[in-house]
Amino acid sequence: MNYLIKGARPYGGDPADILIKNGRIAAIGESLSSTSAEVVDAAGLIALPGLVDLHTHLREPGREDAETVETGSRAAALGGFTAVHAMANTDPVADTAGVVEQVWRLGQEAGLVDVVPVGAVTVGLRGERLAELGAMADSAARVRVFSDDGSCVSDPALMRRALEYVKAFDGVVAQHAEEPRLTAGAQMHEGNRSARLGLTGWPAAAEEAIIARDVLLAGHVGARLHVCHVSTAGSVEILRWAKGRGVQVTAEVTPHHLLLTDACAESYDPVFKVNPPLRTDDDVAALRAGLADGTIDAVATDHAPHAVEDKESEWAQARPGMLGLEQALSVVVETMVETGLLDWQGVADRMSVRPAVIGRLEGHGRPLAPGEPANLLLLDATTRAIVDPATLASRSRNSPYAGRELPGRVVATFLRGVPTVLDGKATK
Amino acid sequence: MKRHLLEAADLDRADATLVLDTAAQIDQALAGREVKKLPTLRGRTVVNLFYEDSTRTRISFELAAKRLSADVINFSAKGSSVSKGESLKDTALTLEAMGSDAIVVRHSASGAPHRLAHWVRGSVVNAGDGTHEHPTQALLDAYTIRRRLGRLEGVRVAIVGDVLHSRVARSNIGLLHTLGAEVTVVAPPTLLPVGVGSWPVEVSYDLDAVLPKADVVMMLRVQAERMNASFFPSAREYSRRYGLDARRMSLLDDDAIVMHPGPMNRGMEIAAEVADSVRSTIVEQVGNGVSVRMAVLYLLLGGNEPA
Amino acid sequence: MASSVEPARNEPPKSGAPSSPGALLSSADVARVVDRMAHQLIERAAASDPGSPNGGLSSLVLVGIPTRGAPLARRLAARVEAFSGTTVDVGIVDITLYRDDLRLRGVRALEPTVLPDGGIDDRLVVLVDDVLYSGRSVRAALDALRDLGRPRSVQLAVLVDRGHRELPIRADFVGKNVPTSRSQQVRVHLAETDGADEVLVTEGDIT
Repeated sequence: MNYLIKGARPYGGDPADILIKNGRIAAIGESLSSTSAEVVDAAGLIALPGLVDLHTHLREPGREDAETVETGSRAAALGGFTAVHAMANTDPVADTAGVVEQVWRLGQEAGLVDVVPVGAVTVGLRGERLAELGAMADSAARVRVFSDDGSCVSDPALMRRALEYVKAFDGVVAQHAEEPRLTAGAQMHEGNRSARLGLTGWPAAAEEAIIARDVLLAGHVGARLHVCHVSTAGSVEILRWAKGRGVQVTAEVTPHHLLLTDACAESYDPVFKVNPPLRTDDDVAALRAGLADGTIDAVATDHAPHAVEDKESEWAQARPGMLGLEQALSVVVETMVETGLLDWQGVADRMSVRPAVIGRLEGHGRPLAPGEPANLLLLDATTRAIVDPATLASRSRNSPYAGRELPGRVVATFLRGVPTVLDGKATK
Repeated sequence: MKRHLLEAADLDRADATLVLDTAAQIDQALAGREVKKLPTLRGRTVVNLFYEDSTRTRISFELAAKRLSADVINFSAKGSSVSKGESLKDTALTLEAMGSDAIVVRHSASGAPHRLAHWVRGSVVNAGDGTHEHPTQALLDAYTIRRRLGRLEGVRVAIVGDVLHSRVARSNIGLLHTLGAEVTVVAPPTLLPVGVGSWPVEVSYDLDAVLPKADVVMMLRVQAERMNASFFPSAREYSRRYGLDARRMSLLDDDAIVMHPGPMNRGMEIAAEVADSVRSTIVEQVGNGVSVRMAVLYLLLGGNEPA
Repeated sequence: MASSVEPARNEPPKSGAPSSPGALLSSADVARVVDRMAHQLIERAAASDPGSPNGGLSSLVLVGIPTRGAPLARRLAARVEAFSGTTVDVGIVDITLYRDDLRLRGVRALEPTVLPDGGIDDRLVVLVDDVLYSGRSVRAALDALRDLGRPRSVQLAVLVDRGHRELPIRADFVGKNVPTSRSQQVRVHLAETDGADEVLVTEGDIT
């Protein structure tokens, strides 16, 4: 099936028609016509390249009650994504070629987004010895991003080896930066609010210390380093310094860290419990500025579905994490576009182009141009709607945006020319 | 009054004063009586939902509810469905379905009473949650101070010890500030939270310097095990720098009083001769606890919002 | 404990403000009614204890029910003393914690309960209230008295009886019987609490 998208605004620019043929963009221009193509009326909608998420928890295998590759893929497509990186902290852990290939195959079967498995850095995420990184890289899943996310590779010698080892296949270690000795029992950002709420604090220094160490290590061995979910102003400063010194470091920020603060914890509602924790207004401002000036390369969702019983509990007993795929673009519109910090080209860069480069994905993050793979989304940026978790495609309901009005609605998503979302609904 | 008492901030100055005045009237009404029972809450059910062992707090609430003729159910998490994995929410909904009008909850997790209040229609009284708050303890402490010193406005209170892990300290700081007292917290810096600077208190690391200016010294329980996590080097060093012994007590004004929420570690934060001195209000605090909790239960359960 | 009750005055307070037009009882009426009730109290006390030296008044305790029963009890005591030359004990019993309508009316601040030294055991207690209506306040006061001691006898004095009893309770001393409808409001104002003495009957709720 071919499609003729009428009147969309690529990157928010002047209206144009986009003709999709055989999975690729055949032409972009005024008043295109085609006898064989189905017409999609996109008057007023913004066209962007399909989004790429570097950080998604799909929970399969192991916690299919919280999310599956299929339900997570659907949520991703509805959020405008055409590729997601599935984190390794499943059960069993994705630390062998067998597990990453299973996840990759489940993604292919679901067919809603390209599910790109992330491999564990260490066996069982235990931080003791390296997993078979090369075998995962050579597998059908072609793993290029390795992460113990959920745990920090805190042993500096092990981290150095991991950084060095993945150079052989152009891989990257995505570090969950958290010094575990400084965060034992931590529940929320350590500051005025944690002091009052009596919740054990998670100091900013526990993140910054690891990032500082790792950029020095990456610089020393000449390896690529990616920093997951940067959450503090201090981290942005360190990254800026490291990039200035030529270290090959990239970093991501989550939508929730761009919007929410530790004030949310005052409700003691664990839907706001996340790791790293929500920080202060000053941190939010620094993260937005860092994303705007490119110090932070990408927005990544850290989409972390949890079953109801893991969230409807006491704060300390609840598991950390929040949904993100379906609202990520809306949050970026709210925090970065409507504030004037990013234009639509910038959104495409931070949510598609750069994450695809970091993950070494072919066919994603490509410009909207003739000859390129037809991975794109159509966004209605003019509508605002209140988030209702009951309507989400994710199997879980732990959205921190419940009841909040956010701008923007993904009307359509195309994966290699095939619509995965049309009229705001998943096609399968 | 709000429907729940979850933290000191739920009480503005008028509410807090109403609780203390009501407790005083109840004390006065019951003084010297043979029948220490009032029919006020007949037909109401109060559940003591205790996820942590705390015999003294539970008994105090139980006595308070019984003296107001409420039916009291003690629900201890140990040996109950809770130990079989039932969630806080399911337990709360079960208790409510059984007709509880108020749940008095003690829990090791900060904020658990807030969650409970979110799920039930009845009143929730926080009887201590994690390292967050213990508001009825603060009320009985304020009541004790007012009885001993005749006022709260301008009273200088030193709170000494493990402020970081103390729900008693958090509630007292909030309530005493509301009531116009001036609070100084005294502790080794490791036992003060990052963010203490945002609290309405003075901060000191030097107990000897604070004592001569204090009308009230409130000693907090300090667990010797904290030294294993390097909060202080040894129990002996802690006691030497922050313990209240006879020599330090002599630095106090003649009328100053010494308080402790109990249970005490004699020899650690407080010396036996201090705990047993005439300055000590420790036994009095226990008795006042019943009156204050009666006042709280009456004001929360006695009726609807006052017009 | 009686010492903490205000000393009795020998004259009823002079009304500072004229009574409202349409008042059921004016300031002068209230004074006259209180005087008559004081005389009745003296007679009844003597009758109840004929052998006693001061006409049974030494065993009498006038116990007011807050808010307005308390000043009313003090006034009655003052008039009894003026007419008989005998001092009469006065007390206050707060009934808030004994009410059965807390759910309907909400909580209120408590008033002190004050009893004469020596308590009320074996005394002749006369409860004093401003208005007798459903009888529920009196029932609560009886319950409170039961917890405070064991009087020889309990009687009831009210300034106004407006009818509509919901309990088998009647007053022994009534200042004035006032037939009312349930929709009406009877308001007793006293100088001590309201600035002036008067009794008003109004239609509907006063807010």
